[in-house]
Amino acid sequence: MQNIKEYQLIIIGGGPAGLAAAVSAAKNGLNDILIVERDKYLGGILNQCIHNGFGLHYFKEELTGPEYSKRFIDLLADTSVEVALDTMALNLENSEDWRYVHVMSSSDGYRILRSKAVILAMGCRERTRMNIQIPGTRAAGIFNAGQAQLYVNLEGYMVGKKVIILGSGDVGLIMARRLTLEGAEVVACVEVMPYPGGLNRNIVQCLQDFDIPLYLSHTITDIKGRNRVEQVTVQEVDQNGKPIAGTEIYYDVDTVLLSVGLIPENELSREAGVTLDPRTSGPIVYENKETLARGIFACGNVLHVHDLVDFVTEEAESAGHAAACFVRDGGCVTEDANIISLKTDSNIGYTVPQQIRIDDVEKAVRVFFRVRKIFKEPSRIVFRDQSNSEIASFKRPFMFPAEMENVNLPRQLLENISGTELTVSVEG
Amino acid sequence: MVQEIICIVCPRGCHLKVDPENDYEVTGNSCPRGIPYGKAELKNPTRVVTSTVKIKGADLTRCPVKTDQAVPKAKMQEVMELINTITLEAPVRVGDVITKRILDTDANLVVCRDIS
Amino acid sequence: MFDVIIIGAGVIGCATAYELSQFDLNVLLLDKENDVSLGASRANTAIVHGGYDPDPATLMGKYNVKGAKRCIELVDTLDIEFKKSGSLIVALDENDLKTLDKYYNRGLINGVEGMEMLDGEETRRREPNLSKEVIGALWIPESGIINPWEFTIAMAEVAVREGVKLELNQKVVDIEKNSDHYLVKTETDQFQTKYVINAAGVYSDQIHNMVAEPAFKIKPTRGQYFLLDRSAGETVKAVIFPCPTELTKGILVSPTVHENILVGPDAEGISDPEDTSTTREVLDLVAKEARRSVPSLDFRHNIRNYSGIRANSDYNDFFIKISAPNFLDLAAIKSPGLTCAPIIAEEGIKLLAEEGLELNKKDSWDGTRKIVRFKEIPKEERADFIEKNPDYGRIICRCEHITEGEIVAAIRRGLPIHSLDAIKRRAGSGLGRCQGGFCGPRVQEIIARETGISPLDILLNKTGSYILVGQTKNADKEA
Repeated sequence: MQNIKEYQLIIIGGGPAGLAAAVSAAKNGLNDILIVERDKYLGGILNQCIHNGFGLHYFKEELTGPEYSKRFIDLLADTSVEVALDTMALNLENSEDWRYVHVMSSSDGYRILRSKAVILAMGCRERTRMNIQIPGTRAAGIFNAGQAQLYVNLEGYMVGKKVIILGSGDVGLIMARRLTLEGAEVVACVEVMPYPGGLNRNIVQCLQDFDIPLYLSHTITDIKGRNRVEQVTVQEVDQNGKPIAGTEIYYDVDTVLLSVGLIPENELSREAGVTLDPRTSGPIVYENKETLARGIFACGNVLHVHDLVDFVTEEAESAGHAAACFVRDGGCVTEDANIISLKTDSNIGYTVPQQIRIDDVEKAVRVFFRVRKIFKEPSRIVFRDQSNSEIASFKRPFMFPAEMENVNLPRQLLENISGTELTVSVEG
Repeated sequence: MVQEIICIVCPRGCHLKVDPENDYEVTGNSCPRGIPYGKAELKNPTRVVTSTVKIKGADLTRCPVKTDQAVPKAKMQEVMELINTITLEAPVRVGDVITKRILDTDANLVVCRDIS
Repeated sequence: MFDVIIIGAGVIGCATAYELSQFDLNVLLLDKENDVSLGASRANTAIVHGGYDPDPATLMGKYNVKGAKRCIELVDTLDIEFKKSGSLIVALDENDLKTLDKYYNRGLINGVEGMEMLDGEETRRREPNLSKEVIGALWIPESGIINPWEFTIAMAEVAVREGVKLELNQKVVDIEKNSDHYLVKTETDQFQTKYVINAAGVYSDQIHNMVAEPAFKIKPTRGQYFLLDRSAGETVKAVIFPCPTELTKGILVSPTVHENILVGPDAEGISDPEDTSTTREVLDLVAKEARRSVPSLDFRHNIRNYSGIRANSDYNDFFIKISAPNFLDLAAIKSPGLTCAPIIAEEGIKLLAEEGLELNKKDSWDGTRKIVRFKEIPKEERADFIEKNPDYGRIICRCEHITEGEIVAAIRRGLPIHSLDAIKRRAGSGLGRCQGGFCGPRVQEIIARETGISPLDILLNKTGSYILVGQTKNADKEA
């Protein structure tokens, strides 16, 4: 049996979530931390996000992705955190006292490591054409927006000359601008929902600035071209998302970019027995980002897909802090803590956290969620307990699915609820 | 003629109406922040340009760059053309100035990533 | 002058090349595409059939059981992904039960071993996700699931290693009969040969017609599929066939060697044998039909839709004949062609020998192939293995855990590599849930490094399927 190297904390993933979690855990007293990163560089997806707009909340200034990650890489340099680059975490096993992580790299080979706590920070991947089942040929020239971003921004290759974008997620919008500035023609952006998937400012700065039309309630229904994309068919859809005959628009393009959603990457988590929430595709977590598997924490896009990296950072800091508490004190709460489950009405897609251990809440717990449709008029986020009493409510002038919302639930309100469930709803 | 634009100050996305013939009067805004945005967007719209330049002497072949201030929107394309001609030599550090006052604007073109 | 030219590097052509490579012969394998196994051998149902279905009077019936046995031997010899999953033909009504009886009796004549008739309860005990409507099933243990393109590629790799010459991107446009040889003309070249083997799949009638009177007509038949991610969970253990109805031959639900679930195919006659597109209407129908036998199928786990073109024909059997002097047709090969491929090759070679082809065994011939699959190395041996082979320590395909070492080995096994799909078929990278989204650019980099091809010239799959159009900053256009 090879000897197993031990750490206090292993963080899987060295993107924005992993970096902030490491810095926070180090600040909170851990001195034996390892970040496992599969790429050759720290920074994760931020390395290819060369546009600006990062850090407005956290740093109160506008940074590009690489600049944002550099801030944390610099902070990391002042800690004793160890970094294993070009290293893949292959397995995660959970036991009573230790978390075992199997890692592999060409320089250090296959190693089994163990730690008191693990933070999952693997991020997410892009939904593919096949996940959304666009029929047609399987020609070259169909890229996920993030994949195109990697080619263009990091590798310096152009992916097409005449491009259509399906989905109005932020990466797709950003790529519309990038490809235009790099000399390609972006003919349209097509969104199946009646509202855009990305932030408003990206609609304006990435599409309108370049006169790229946005077709809401439309989708691509066919792709033609034997070897390389030659033509796509765009059709309007009805309320059920079904294409309406007679609304066909044909575009002669050589490239289709897909920006049709992100999926948290939880294969490792699933193997380790971490319970996932089908609504987020990420782990179910408590108020301190601990998953239902003891000693395993999660933050960033592996937990739920964020719109702003600033929130990832905050979430990761809280996970880093909680993991440090866990390592030092064996967990912040007792086993038999009072647990409140958060439920949602049909207007709300999910909440993070999904469960709250009241005893672990210092003053308040921040609850993140997304609404499932546009609320243009002022409305209220209402928390009700099992006797249907209103526990708390928060006013919002408007809400959009593209924007993650959050509210702060004070501990004292949680202490007096009836039952063990709170339902979050949107009310007029 | 009155022009309609979407406000990007916050996610709400108000449809602003701006009237250049009436001192750029802004209507349709839900909050005061829409007014200066609406005026500036019509009088002198500006944007930060982010892109990459070629780099030699490193594993990476492209280095991310940006204008450290917004440049007039009308000059974006020209800025890009200039950016496309630049080749850096590694190492470079975040904040290194590549071109001062690019195209006679107030903005410098700066490096956005440490590359050694 | 070649002794033998084989036209078509699908499973039939490659099996024949593999068998011929043990003899002292000068053999050329031609294909119109940029890789082997790009026709029906790539996109099919990936099943080694048991042999209960084909008419005993046909070659299909005669070869099937023998073919399945030979396939099961070859998967060991050639190190091919295979699982003896068995097949279940399920009955949903009384009519279907009669069909099962018919299959059982055919199976007996065709020599199928170990068949079992099951009642509904026993069927569901073995396959709990089957419909409550299932009232019985026929169990065929001697059948399984195979990686069909790996099967084809492996035989080509060994054949080439053992001396067969392979020419790709060579579309045959004419065959000229001369006094003592044939002249096989392609778009760019011409080759002399004493014997010709026609293994041209959906084009086998066209090749036949270049030297003989028309005898059969290929009717290209498209079938569309879903491939579901393993996150869908273990849906079925065996290949689940429904009984054919008047309208459809039945949509099967099958595990794959990569632990995915395959659902399909329909059968649609098409005019263009290259039209492998998928359509909404058919996919919806395939999904609906499949749910008749496995109602819980969740198509949200779909990671790929594709279609394959089968070389169905108006000739109700394989067309295996000497159609002109020294000209062998291995034509009109439809299901169970994959299963029968090794036998078709053997029988074909016998026919050529009767035509005078001399078969002298080489002194030394190695018909085996062994490859490293990192995933299969036990965890306790991995550290040692990577120390000796550091390339195997770097994961390139995150979804399937394929290492750089496996990709480099695939490139170095001797067949020319032009595309990401060529690597996908050889090493399995990009087969998983992200469908190459993450690993595509990395694989491109490795191909470029190993072969010297510019990343700009590396294709997605066939000729013309370019991925990149140039460099940013016009860097590729600068002097």
